[in-house]
Amino acid sequence: MRYLASRLLQMLLVLWVVATLLFLMFRLMPADPTSAFIDPTFTMEQQEQMRAAFGLDKPLWQQYLIYFANLARGEFGQSFFQQRPVLEILLSALPNTLVLTVSALLLAYLFGVLAGAWLAWKRGSRVEAAAVPAVLTVRAAPEFWLGMILLAVFGFGLGWFPSGGANSAGARFDSELARILSLDFLAHMALPCLTLALYLQGLPLLLMRSTMLEVMQEDYVTMARMKGLPESRIVLRHAARNALLPVVTAFALGLGATVGGNVVVESVFSWPGLGRVLVTAVAASDYPLAQGAFLLITVVLVVMNFIADLLYSVLDPRVTHGARG
Amino acid sequence: MARAADAPGPLARLAQALRIPAGDAFAAVGLSIYAVFVLVALLADVIRPHDPLEILFDEDGNLLANLGMSLAHPLGTTNLGRDIFSQLVVGTRAALLVGLAAAVVVVAIGTLVGLVSGYFGGWIDSVLMRLADIALGVPFLPFVIVLAGFLGASTGNIVLSIALLLWPNTARVIRSQVLTLRERAFVEAARVTGSSTSRILFVHIAPNILPLSFLYGSIAIGWAILTEASVSFLGFGPSNVVSWGYMLQDAYGSQALSRGSYNWFVPPGICIVLVVVAGFFISRGYEEILFPKLRD
Repeated sequence: MRYLASRLLQMLLVLWVVATLLFLMFRLMPADPTSAFIDPTFTMEQQEQMRAAFGLDKPLWQQYLIYFANLARGEFGQSFFQQRPVLEILLSALPNTLVLTVSALLLAYLFGVLAGAWLAWKRGSRVEAAAVPAVLTVRAAPEFWLGMILLAVFGFGLGWFPSGGANSAGARFDSELARILSLDFLAHMALPCLTLALYLQGLPLLLMRSTMLEVMQEDYVTMARMKGLPESRIVLRHAARNALLPVVTAFALGLGATVGGNVVVESVFSWPGLGRVLVTAVAASDYPLAQGAFLLITVVLVVMNFIADLLYSVLDPRVTHGARG
Repeated sequence: MARAADAPGPLARLAQALRIPAGDAFAAVGLSIYAVFVLVALLADVIRPHDPLEILFDEDGNLLANLGMSLAHPLGTTNLGRDIFSQLVVGTRAALLVGLAAAVVVVAIGTLVGLVSGYFGGWIDSVLMRLADIALGVPFLPFVIVLAGFLGASTGNIVLSIALLLWPNTARVIRSQVLTLRERAFVEAARVTGSSTSRILFVHIAPNILPLSFLYGSIAIGWAILTEASVSFLGFGPSNVVSWGYMLQDAYGSQALSRGSYNWFVPPGICIVLVVVAGFFISRGYEEILFPKLRD
């Protein structure tokens, strides 16, 4: 419990620091500080309303307190260009990002773990000698470039998949859930998901391979061999289970890269998610929207890290979080 | 190499640390790739047949747009009639510049923080390591985009934002190494004979962690080049610099994908892959020397 509490505290600390950094960045920019929330195109009435809501005529430290009070209530201001509340825009983009990220992660880790275990089993063979540099090479490729190639080949060239967006134009759905479960959505998600997964699979694969090699030398594996258990049973039941732990740790560490990778992949496929909202907002100097999108991306990352931590403690009973030295 | 080990002065150790990976097949490939790209970057102005942004016309005054591969234009031309091969050659410069600059800054900060944190311990250590936790908790690419978008798109700002978030990886590893080094007999001896703290840190401890710093430096180069390419692709790169990321953005924005102009958008990606892979291979070479247990 103490461990959980300290992790929770650290989560809040990261969020606080990021929020403070954003606050300072927008207030200390050379331009007019009110430009962070007020666009010249706003009506007088809107301008007054924003000034009051964010305390823009008050001293900096009061603005800081108001800023946090607003954040806590989910008040991010008004988008300059879409003339809608920032929160509304963010919440409509969030499901797209979450579904894409989680599917890509599952796909990448499922494939990576299985292929890694298989390569460890095939140790010293030609397949293994060719596979390791190949995996390294795919890992070195920029995600957006992988995406561009997949898009050119399967989207434009062969015409198997739609070339962008999350749904066909004009498609109507009864609910958000029906939209995400529709075939149309799946067809749109296939290429971005594959791109992200291709980029992500390297880490679990290489890690699984090397920990499997280590575990296969352990006494209990030798013992299982001596008992005459079939090789498949040894690999799956005895070795793989224990080799999984470092992979779960890496899962947490890799999340940061995933959330970053989202930004470019969403841009390549015009996927209406948080990353694309951030990119278009920054490009258009839509400050409130950019600020909100960055904060929400940070929240997603921090929460996923926390979940990965929980998962780890469930998987490894040896980790007793109460007593850490 | 054996001779260098006999005389373990700081300089000899440095030379040793730099030379060792050449013996490893992976590292040798990585180093050769680097050598080629450095050469291309240095000789870019000699190699490139055209100015990368020059708009080309034939004798009759027709725009040479969207040409395929040919002898005159090895990789063809863009939709505005610019020579792709020339852009690729000049782009090497931007990539290596960002990569090296970011790697040097990241490793310098990381090594310094690791040294101080590990050697002094106590509250200094706690504060620095909490800072590292926070930096690792910030989403990397979005941060670079926001910084480049708001502080202005320049190579300097990209390097700055990479440095701000990437130092903790190096710092953590160096710190743990320093923790064991500071208990060793030769450090104790230096302390007893009255060496100053800075002398112990930089003369006695630092040379022992340099190989680790290089290891993280060679990984950081790849990260920095990938990041610069991503940022330029999204349109937040410096507008006056032709880089591989800029080329890919140009291609994407000019419908090269639907036109199937593979000669335009495949080569820059391959170059990025090669440079980053070279970094991986070199770091693998270092790892096998530093942590012999990994060699199986």
